Amino acid sequence: MRNRVIICEASEIVANGLAEVIDSMAQFDVVARLDNLDRLSERITATDANLLVIDPTLLGFQYKEFLTPLAKEHPGITFIALATTCLDHSMLAPYNGVIELYDTRSKIISKMNEFVQSETTKKVDDVELSKREIDVLVAVAKGMMNKEIADQMNISIHTVISHRKNITRKTGIKSVSGLTVYALLNNLIDESELI
Amino acid sequence: MAKKKDLFSKTAKLAELIAGDRRLLQLLPRFGIALGFGDRSVEEVCLMNNVSTELFLTICEIYSDDAYKPVQHALHHTDMSSLLPYLKASHRYYLGERFPHLEEHLQRIIEACGPKYGPMLRHFYDEYKREVMRHIQYYEEEVVFPYIEALRNGQRPDTYQIKEFRHNHTNIQDVLDDMMNILLKYLPGDILPKERIEISLDIMELSDDLNRHSLIEDHILIPYVESLENALP
Repeated sequence: MRNRVIICEASEIVANGLAEVIDSMAQFDVVARLDNLDRLSERITATDANLLVIDPTLLGFQYKEFLTPLAKEHPGITFIALATTCLDHSMLAPYNGVIELYDTRSKIISKMNEFVQSETTKKVDDVELSKREIDVLVAVAKGMMNKEIADQMNISIHTVISHRKNITRKTGIKSVSGLTVYALLNNLIDESELI
Repeated sequence: MAKKKDLFSKTAKLAELIAGDRRLLQLLPRFGIALGFGDRSVEEVCLMNNVSTELFLTICEIYSDDAYKPVQHALHHTDMSSLLPYLKASHRYYLGERFPHLEEHLQRIIEACGPKYGPMLRHFYDEYKREVMRHIQYYEEEVVFPYIEALRNGQRPDTYQIKEFRHNHTNIQDVLDDMMNILLKYLPGDILPKERIEISLDIMELSDDLNRHSLIEDHILIPYVESLENALP
């Protein structure tokens, strides 16, 4: 599984330099380079990124107000701070890891590999599907689109997508047809309910 | 470390390259390299078989080294005449050999599943096969490759551009991984366990192969076609 990285950094020189290092790694692709945080949540959804590298100075002291809801909306994502200057420790606390401006190429590479590894091990807890996730799974198996599911369950499309990511994380199954087989095998739906 | 690098040089013996990584054996028929190459070097064998040595070594490295990604500026000087024949031969191998082999195994498991689970597994596989055929046969072979061949002949068809290239391989691999999860984790344990382990090992191998195949398309084919597009007026 290839990793998809978004870099948020105001300096083009720094952003391009880091992107070059990350892009040279076979299992990593930089899918977007942003110099501001406008519509970041939508960009994450659109690019299906799983790693977000942010320069904390872009956030200022409002970082909690920004990062907490973002992490909630995209539970599968790993946050990495790109420390381009001296920063207070509390500003780095919300991140899963830190890349420093003077890290060498090999240091960055080993850090990136470490970040995705800790992401996979973190996933071991809570394996049971929640009631809400089962509802979404059944709807997906019946062939409903995200928009239809959101309307029917009265939740946002973002929430539907995050439920779907959790379902995939817990079952190991990614495709709609695979989820349908999973739902049938676990008697969550009956064959007669399928179109 | 230095030793491994030496292995991927023109002057290394092909036999040594293969002894270093047996997975490279499967690349020979795709490049049309005949067996019986004796103790010849990689360059000699490639020359004899009309294969670009640089491209051959680059693809060998993609298969041998998980962390390897080809460097774009080096590719500008690589002779790409073997690329399309290689990709086509890979497609023939997947469609003509690997998938039929998988299907044969799966058929026995489907029969053993009986009426409760059999039909839905069948349906799952049939749908998957249609998707694979749609992407490889009807899209890449009938749209993308003829377009590239036209570019190589100096024409520019206005019907297609490489930036539209759809990365459907991800989906082909996802469903393959799902199939393995279903076979290993979710089907009742007493149905043909030996057969299911065997087919899962085959799926892992095929999934790894497809992963590297899409790396070749993303990092060699697409940049190459972009440079062809840019070279035309």
